[in-house]
Amino acid sequence: MNAGLFAQYVMNGLMLGMMYALVAVGFTLFFGVLDVIKFSHGDVLTVGAFTALATYVGLTSAGLNSNWLALVIILAVAVMAMAALGMLIARYLVMPLRSAPALNTLLITLMLGTVLRECVRLFYPQGANPKPFPALLPRSSIDLGAFNLRLDNVLMLSAGVLTIVGLQFLLNRTRLGLAIRAVAQDEETARTMGINFTAIVLITFAIGSGLAAFAGVMNGLYYNEINFGIGLYLGVVGFAAAIIGGLGSVYGAVLGGFLFAGLQTVGTVLMPFASAYKDVFAFAVVIAIMAWRPTGLIREKISERV
Amino acid sequence: MSGSETPAKRDGTARPSSWPAIASIGVATVYLIALLGAEKQSVIISLLVAGIAAVLAGGWFGIFGGVSRAFSEHEDRMGLLAIVALLAMAAWFHEDHFVLLLVVTVLLTTVATLGLNIQFGYAGVLNFAGASFFGIGAYTSAVLNTTAVPHLLVPLIGGALAALIGSVLLLPVLRTRGHYAALITIAFALLFKTFLEVNDVLGGPQGMPVKGMTLFGWSLNDNVEIGGITLSFYMSYFVLSLALLAVAFVLVRRLERSWIGLNLDALRLDETAAACFGLDITRWKITAFLIGNILIGIAGALFGTVGGFVGPNNYTFADSLILVSILLLGGIGNPWGLIVATFIVIVVPEKLQTIQEYRFLLYAVMVICVLLFRPEGLLPRPVRRYFPGWRP
Repeated sequence: MNAGLFAQYVMNGLMLGMMYALVAVGFTLFFGVLDVIKFSHGDVLTVGAFTALATYVGLTSAGLNSNWLALVIILAVAVMAMAALGMLIARYLVMPLRSAPALNTLLITLMLGTVLRECVRLFYPQGANPKPFPALLPRSSIDLGAFNLRLDNVLMLSAGVLTIVGLQFLLNRTRLGLAIRAVAQDEETARTMGINFTAIVLITFAIGSGLAAFAGVMNGLYYNEINFGIGLYLGVVGFAAAIIGGLGSVYGAVLGGFLFAGLQTVGTVLMPFASAYKDVFAFAVVIAIMAWRPTGLIREKISERV
Repeated sequence: MSGSETPAKRDGTARPSSWPAIASIGVATVYLIALLGAEKQSVIISLLVAGIAAVLAGGWFGIFGGVSRAFSEHEDRMGLLAIVALLAMAAWFHEDHFVLLLVVTVLLTTVATLGLNIQFGYAGVLNFAGASFFGIGAYTSAVLNTTAVPHLLVPLIGGALAALIGSVLLLPVLRTRGHYAALITIAFALLFKTFLEVNDVLGGPQGMPVKGMTLFGWSLNDNVEIGGITLSFYMSYFVLSLALLAVAFVLVRRLERSWIGLNLDALRLDETAAACFGLDITRWKITAFLIGNILIGIAGALFGTVGGFVGPNNYTFADSLILVSILLLGGIGNPWGLIVATFIVIVVPEKLQTIQEYRFLLYAVMVICVLLFRPEGLLPRPVRRYFPGWRP
């Protein structure tokens, strides 16, 4: 394999990893504050991507020509709308079931995911078909010998890195982050320290869902196409990535996301004849890794309290 | 127990009469015949509204307590009566291909949900790939019905294959718990559908036709003529499915009553406590998972043969969720509730064309409502009873 092709694969892997990581971070955040897995997370991503697309359609029909302005607006609308949706889900579906068996939370978020997915499929105009997503970033590329470094990929990657670093800063350096970490560590102690538990949970769900919307827009910009099933796929892989990285740790989730993307890229490189099977391979990797390290790469110490 | 005193007599209370249950089966049969026979959408809608109103009124006046008591007291008799009622229904529609196909679908889906019930309801092993294992059975019938394998064996092979392929998932499922195990079965459901779409051997996205069954030289895909009356060819499949359902139902009921069922219950309610009492958790989880998958696979193989066609779009993750919805709506662990819930979930969208497209959405919303407001399901599982008249 020549260097150009290799660099191309690395770039694809990095983009894929960034999307997985952004989804995985959401799972990790939710698990941190509430100890729940929100299976509808991936479908929030889908709704976010479609919200962005609908906003774009609205903007163009209103006569907006600037790509940059359009990008900023659709990103802001999608992120804010999904943050609000995440808070609603947390407030009315996840929190009321805190004392119920864990199975109920699992089922309710799974069914909610179906509701979101089906709503997009049924109520978005021709939502059952893949929709083209506008290319809003500059398409120019830098020629590096055999490899074309596309500017839009670089921009998306740096935006992703900045987001994750920003999130880490928020969690570790601000009062809000301190409160989130306190709630994650011990809910009752956090409450006695005067932290508004409900508010912190809602804010965390807003942040996680906003990240999902960001990942959804990124997915649309990268593939120039979205369909109602992307969330389900990204949700499953993102959840697996969060588990591999050890649920509850942001860097672990990022690491898990890139690990999955790496494995997938290596799979496509080693088995070019089976390119049709790449999704099958991705899910098989999820199952295999879960069988190998069910509680993450860094083994969780399991102790049962009876 | 004949001749000796029954425990109920010792209590001094009479054993409840079986009439409420008999009457309810009679009413349900007449109602279903009317609903299945109705063609006009307006008639169907008014029948459905009337049905909902009747159920609400019945609940308001507390009729269902008596009915469910009568059911649990006279379960064997009610089972026979339900079979008679279904046969009567089939006899009424003996020429109507579509209605019979619908009823066969309900029967086979019930068998599949009974299998899922063993995993979910008794052992608490999560399986969100029910439709995939159903599909494994169906594809088995598509492949094997053209070969020399005796056709009566094909469903059994389908069941065995579903269990075999399912056992690949056993290692990860056993090593993980709760949500993690759910993730593995979801990943498998997605993998299965994608695999069916991209492979070349099993018909790819177009799917493949399934040859009808031939039993002892008699093709089940021919209409039957008895004394001048033409019976739809689905009638033979109906009888076969009904027999399968009866066997599966008795099996699940016996399993629940036996010490195996007791072990599975203990496992679901508290794994740690069950292990402390010496139960081999792994062994019972494997048992439940395999028995459940065998039932799902057998039902799937028969369903593939009846439908005459298999394709990737019939065995998606959304279909698996429909199976889980049936389980939740019927009340996890209650086989009688499953039959009722399957009838509702399968028949209503088929008859009411306007909601056909919206069925995934509708049932997801319904399950969310059930979980929020009535988490035990519409017909909750009754307390285990070891002999008639016994009260805890």
